[in-house]
Order: sequence, then C-alpha cells, then structure tokens
Amino acid sequence: MDAGGSANLLSSSLSASSASSSKTRSRFPLQEQHLLQRKTSRDNLDRFIPNRSAMDFDYAHFMLTEGRKGKENPAVSSPSREAYRKQLAETFNMNRTRILAFKNKPPTPVDAIPTDFSATTTNNSKPAKPRRYIPQTSERTLDAPDILDDYYLNLLDWGSSNVLSIALGSTVYLWDATDGATSELVTVDEENGPVTSVKWAPDGRHIAVGLNNSDVQLWDSTANRLLRTLKGGHQSRVGALDWNNHILTTGGMDGQIINNDVRVRAHIVETYRGHHQEVCGLKWSASGQQLASGGNDNLLHIWDRSTASSNAPTQWLHRLEDHTAAVKALAWCPFQGNLLASGGGGGDRSIKFWNTHTGACLNSVDTGSQVCALLWNKNERELLSSHGFTQNQLTLWKYPSMVKTAELTGHTSRVLFMAQSPDGCTVASAAGDETLRFWNVFGSPEVAKPAPKTNTEPFANLNRIR
Amino acid sequence: MAARIATKDIITLRGSAAIVSEFFGYAANSILYNRGVYPEESFGRVKKYGLPMLLTQDEGVKTFISNLTSQLSEWLEAGKLQRVVLVIMSKSTGEVLERWNFSIETDSEVVDKSVSREKSDKEIMRDIQAIMRQIASSITYLPCLDEPCVFDVLAYTDKDVAVPFTWIESDPKLIANPQMVKLHSFDTKIHKVDTLVSYKNDEWDEP
Repeated sequence: MDAGGSANLLSSSLSASSASSSKTRSRFPLQEQHLLQRKTSRDNLDRFIPNRSAMDFDYAHFMLTEGRKGKENPAVSSPSREAYRKQLAETFNMNRTRILAFKNKPPTPVDAIPTDFSATTTNNSKPAKPRRYIPQTSERTLDAPDILDDYYLNLLDWGSSNVLSIALGSTVYLWDATDGATSELVTVDEENGPVTSVKWAPDGRHIAVGLNNSDVQLWDSTANRLLRTLKGGHQSRVGALDWNNHILTTGGMDGQIINNDVRVRAHIVETYRGHHQEVCGLKWSASGQQLASGGNDNLLHIWDRSTASSNAPTQWLHRLEDHTAAVKALAWCPFQGNLLASGGGGGDRSIKFWNTHTGACLNSVDTGSQVCALLWNKNERELLSSHGFTQNQLTLWKYPSMVKTAELTGHTSRVLFMAQSPDGCTVASAAGDETLRFWNVFGSPEVAKPAPKTNTEPFANLNRIR
Repeated sequence: MAARIATKDIITLRGSAAIVSEFFGYAANSILYNRGVYPEESFGRVKKYGLPMLLTQDEGVKTFISNLTSQLSEWLEAGKLQRVVLVIMSKSTGEVLERWNFSIETDSEVVDKSVSREKSDKEIMRDIQAIMRQIASSITYLPCLDEPCVFDVLAYTDKDVAVPFTWIESDPKLIANPQMVKLHSFDTKIHKVDTLVSYKNDEWDEP
C-alpha cells in the first residue's frame, strides 16, 4: 500500500474507462496478483496519464475504501488495516474536495413507468433482498415509576450478561432479560441521591453508579455488594459514564471528564478539561483509542487516549462546534472505526456524522425533533434515534442514505434513554412517560438469516435459468 | 448570452461560465428525458445547439434545474467547481444505477488575472452538439432502467467553498464495480468539460 500502488490504481482505472467494457471484472487494485497480471497486459505498459480529468477519481476512491471489502479476501482485512485504508482514502479525497447536493431534492416522478410492468421486470432481474419486518409496536412495556425526566442523565444500560439496569429516583433496579426477574441493586440515601447515571462494565458483572452528590459507586451485581466509592473527582453530579476496560470515565456537571482506574487506590489517572458546562454524553470508540464527549455547552470533543497524560490538562483531538444545542446522543459506528454519529438537543434537532480522524462533518440531517439517544444496528447499516416533542418516536434510518425506514411510536413523552441487547437485536427505551419499552427493531437473532433459505420452493431455481 | 460573447470570438470568464452552466441545464434535461426518469409527456421541444432538445415542463424539476445552473455558474466564475455528477437512483431502494459525470478543468490564469481567451462560439457549440448527440444515443448501450427512478445532482467544489444555505454535504453516491463510457468533451479555452457515464454492471451478461 505505497504510492506506487495507488498510481497503478489510477492508471488502470483510466485504461479501463477508455477501453470500457469487458475489463471490469478483474479491477481490484491493491492486490498483488492483479498488479502482476496487469504488467503483461498492454494497458499498463505506458504509465503516462494523458487526461486526468477523464479518470474517475470517485471510482478510485471507492476502490481504495470499499472495493476490496468482502469480495476479495475478507479474512485478511483486520480492523487496523481497515482503519489505515480509510485514512489513506480520506487524505486522498476528503481534503481536496467538497461534495455538495441540494437540500431540496427534485420532485419524484409520478408513475413514469406503468407499475405492473416495472414490478414484473424487477422481480426477474434481481431477487430483491427480503425486507425485514419491523414491528411497529413495542414488544413489551414495563413500568418505570419515578424515572427522572432529565435530558442530561443516563439512567438505562443493558449489560453483556443480558441484565438491564435502570435508575428510578434513588434506586437502581436490575431486570434480567432472560427470565424477566427484577431485583433491586441499591437505594442510595436521600442526601446522596438521586442516581444520575448507570453503566455496566464490559464484563457484565460490575456496574458503575453515578450520583447527584458527585460520588461514583462500583457494585458487584452478582454478589450485590458495594466494592468501592470513587470520591473527590467531581464537584457536582455525575451524569455520564463509560468504560474502557478497567478505566471508568466519568463526566460531571462541572464540565470535567475524569478517567478513573478502578483497580488502583489513587483512581484519577487523567482529567480532560474542555467543556464548560455539564457533560451529558460519553462514549469510547470500539478500539478504546478515542473518546467522544458531548456537553450542554453544545460542544462535541474527540479525545485521544494515547495523547492523554496524567499531569498536564490534556487537549482535545477535535473540538466540534457544529451543534447548536446540547450534545447527548453519541454512537460509534460498529462497521467503520472512525465514524461517529451525534445528535443535538431541542434547539438543534440534527444528527451529524463525523470522521473522527480528520474532524470532518460528513453529513447532517435535520430530524425535526430533539435527539435524545442514538444506536447503530450491529447487523445492518442502520441507525436508530430516539426523540422528544412532538412525536416522542424512535426513528430507524438507513445509513448512509439516511432514508427513514421506520418510525416507532408509543411513548407519550420524550424517549430519553435507549439501550441495546447484547445480541444487538432488541432495543429498550425509557421515556419521561415512566415506561420502559422493548422494541424488536434490529431483527430477530439467528432466525432472520437462515429463514429465507429453508423456505425455498422446489422450483425456485427456475427464476435463475430464465 | 450569445450577444455577450459571440463578437470577435473573444471569450470571457463570465461568458464561459454561462455556456458551461447552460450546457449542464440542457444536458440534465436531455438525460432525464432519454433515460425516462420523468414521463415523456412532461417534456417540451426546443431548438438548441442546432438540435431539437427537450426541456422539462414540470415546474418542480424546472425550478430545481434553474436553481442548479445559477449556482453552478457562480462557482464556475469563481473557478471553484471541479465536477458535477447527475446521479440516477432507484426510487424504491435508493440504489445508484447511473452516474453522469462532468469533470471541469478551469484555466486558473483566467480566474486569477481576469484575462480573456479566443475561441469561436461556433466551435464550442459544435462540440456541445456532439455530446448532446451522444447522450441521446446512450440508450442503445445503457442498461434498461426498468424501475421508477429519481435523480440527484452532486457538485464537487474546492474545499474552501462556503456551503450555500440551500446545499448540504453529500456522500459521493458511488456505484460498486461500474461500467464506464467516456463521451466527447468540449473546451471553451477557459473551462474544459469531460463527460463520462458510469453505470451498474448488467448482471445478465455475467457467466
């Protein structure tokens, strides 16, 4: 993957474009065998590029970023190679041009082609991927009395051991999703409470509980035992928590973000100062390298783990000031390491997509309503957002087209919190209407994929013969 | 416009921008007509570039294209426009089926020092006419668009361009493993426009 490789890519795409058809199948660059093959073909003897503008840089960019994925050798593409390739592609294209389109799209044609005709031909030409059925109503509704209707808190989490934790007032409850059993983890004292945040550790056993009095408690959920209390970090309530292995990152109303190493006595290992109002969103990237933080000061920061140090107040990698209201909803893309989605509060109403490597805003979509939470579908390229006034709905978006695929209504007040089951299929949402609802929005586990195959009819092959 | 630039074969930046943006307007109309994105009866016939051209009579599409060309000519005059792409997508799935790619090279000396160039109107029109003929004949090799389609236009600009209020940043809407056909190009001596259409591989031919 050096400069020579990419030059080859460009020239080969040029020759393919001028020679047009018949060559297209073997055009996968950055692949040793193909480059060797090319040497023998007459297309590649001359490296002179006569007409730069006729080369399709889009195509080249696509080949750099997407072309190899899955088709060639999926086993080789490790996450780090993937990330490197992304960066390479980004520097190639991102910094040079801007791609713009009108916000208002041209009117969609009305019945340009008779529908019956188009229906038959589309059926023949390509067996359309069966559309997943998305139930429009919640699968299950539980009461959540006394849940704090506070946008800045994070009171719901679903751990890897399939237990859901929810803070209602001063009490943290655990709901076991496998058998539906409810238990109480802790009720904190009046003067310390209410609980302002909960977050499962990656092991699904330990849980961090942030409190109104600035303390953070660590609990062992199986033994129902308080392990330790982290004190002295924040000046006021702790509304945002996230884990990065043994590091518990806490965000407070004081605008501070603190990395706590829960194993050691002096637990504060780093402090990130950049927000000047309450921190309400905190998410570590899957790699554990980057932390995204959102605040009531409308700021979104990206912090880099490797440049953090314990003595100096660390600087952010990116400060993103595009949101015009509090940034609470944050979600790292599960299939693209440096892609972050962020949602803005009532005055902003947009979902924005960021390349956290370059800090570039990739897209922004006005949702028309406060964005309270965001979740990516782990199985498909989809994003789920939860909203407030006026619909209090959950909206499912296709990514990157951002076409709405479903709107799930049922909540009667803003949907403050969302959590995803460990299998990635079910989403729990808690709202100001004091209910906790479960939605089967991301498909059903295991059943969804094999099902179409077992249903094939004996003469299904006939379609292909024609 | 013709009056402004036709005299003595001198072409200015403004005149060139007007020719190029007008070309985009007609090219877009022609593509939408020939590819059947909008119904045939919604187009009306005019004479342009020595050819019968078809222009949409649909108010919505008309406004979209006229807003587009006026913005494009602004960018062309500033020398900030690198490329315009007309994307045809499936209405139901949003899948990109065709990309009509117009790459633009601007003579930076003209933009920076506001000099003019010499090229006859007639020559330019002849080149454009050739492209328009090619667009019209493209239906012979492009795969049939046998489902309702929608279109969108992407403008590739320099990074330092301020995004106008009515525009947003977009993804490039690429086609995986496309077929490509290069069409004629034309050159006003200030703006050089290369045309290329890429389209989804017709899977019927695959073994």
